[in-house]
Amino acid sequence: MNHFFRPATLLRSTLLGTAILGASLQAGAADLTVSITNLTRGVYFTPVLAGAHNPANALFSAGEAASANLQAMAEGGDIAGLSADLSAAGAVVVENPAGGMLQPGMSTSFSLNTDANAANTHLSLVAMMLPTNDGFVALNNMAIPATPGTYTYDLNAYDAGTEANDEIRGGGAPGTPGFPAPGPIDTSAGNNGTGVASNAEGYVHIHRNVLGDTDASGGVSDIDSVVHRWLNPVARVVITVN
Amino acid sequence: MTKSFRLNTLTRSLALISAAGLLAACNGSSHSDSSADTTDRMYQVAITNLTAGQPLSPVALVGHNSDYHAFTVGQASSVALEQLAEGGDNSALISEAGSHAGVYGTATASAPLAPGGTETLTLSVTAANSEDLKLTAVTMLVNTNDAITGLNGIDLSSLANGESLSMNTIGYDTGTEANSETAASIPGPAAGGEGFNADRDDIRDMVLMHSGVVTADGGLVDSALHEMHRWDNPITRMTITRIQ
Repeated sequence: MNHFFRPATLLRSTLLGTAILGASLQAGAADLTVSITNLTRGVYFTPVLAGAHNPANALFSAGEAASANLQAMAEGGDIAGLSADLSAAGAVVVENPAGGMLQPGMSTSFSLNTDANAANTHLSLVAMMLPTNDGFVALNNMAIPATPGTYTYDLNAYDAGTEANDEIRGGGAPGTPGFPAPGPIDTSAGNNGTGVASNAEGYVHIHRNVLGDTDASGGVSDIDSVVHRWLNPVARVVITVN
Repeated sequence: MTKSFRLNTLTRSLALISAAGLLAACNGSSHSDSSADTTDRMYQVAITNLTAGQPLSPVALVGHNSDYHAFTVGQASSVALEQLAEGGDNSALISEAGSHAGVYGTATASAPLAPGGTETLTLSVTAANSEDLKLTAVTMLVNTNDAITGLNGIDLSSLANGESLSMNTIGYDTGTEANSETAASIPGPAAGGEGFNADRDDIRDMVLMHSGVVTADGGLVDSALHEMHRWDNPITRMTITRIQ
């Protein structure tokens, strides 16, 4: 089941046949370069967490409840818990390659080498999306291609299902309503919204997008419907298998 | 159900085609023989407008190598692309492509493509280096400020004669015009306003994913658009068939 909810899918025709063969030839080790681009017009990504891991150690499964550590990432951008989960499972982990938030249109890249642990055949990548209550971008438990080459994946936005999407300013600690509004969010989001009527959904799913409004000093939402909405995909990941 | 989670992806049929192509190559077919040729090729591109209320401006097709880019995500749009994205006029983009050393051929539709409509264009590429042959297709969603959709350098090098591939396309915002959605700023039939304007007043002067239109029904009071002008990805389906 999890396989069918892969957030990203192969984009380039040149590489598709290679990937099909690669999937059946899964090797145990890989030396990768990974880049991620924020494709949105007005959504910021909090520090990215990426890891090559055993496929049994997915960070989440669509349709199932989020872990407490996924919740902390999705509601406040705190990747420490998920990073510890991956490290405990012997994963190769990269934290915060962009050195802070990844702005709209910006890219960051990093290297991953799984040679030391042949069981780390799958790649995951997550970051919170701001301004949202508990939205995040993810590449979820994707089999790393074994054949050297360049592979492109488009990533979708998920809702962790842990917090009501009231769309007003608040805090990032798990269980604290509202969204945190650091620097660029503070300047682009509205104020004094009355809050969108909503409830935590209870399970991870594809995000239905923000509602927003066009009233920067009131209305139901502190999110700007012209600036902060998105349509999937929200990020593009390019993996070069060396 | 599973397919509904896929956006801008190659279809299963393409996967099968590609896999078949590889198998054929393994069996010593003409696949490897054709990889070094520089013969003329022809492609039919069938385009279906999947939206409810967004006519598409005349589609521009460019056959090219990896030196040509109609646009790059995260970078500023060219003026030629801006003219297409804001006014539906592809003449500058076609003209500039035609004089680009990395371009092997161009084609354009003669009329807009209505929602639900399908058209087929033919693209001839002259003496293409088949090891590095790519296809770009660009068209404007005319009831927007500056939304486009299309294919950005899709690789055709391994598409054998008679084979086809289908792709879904997603929407980009060229970042050249604010998404005001006002009647004065949208050239399509929903508004009848201005097309190209050289001012660049969007929140970021770069090509990014389009976030959709808010519309008057969605609370943007000055918008000339209504709920039927919204869309989700994919916006078109393009089937490319090599016929020579």
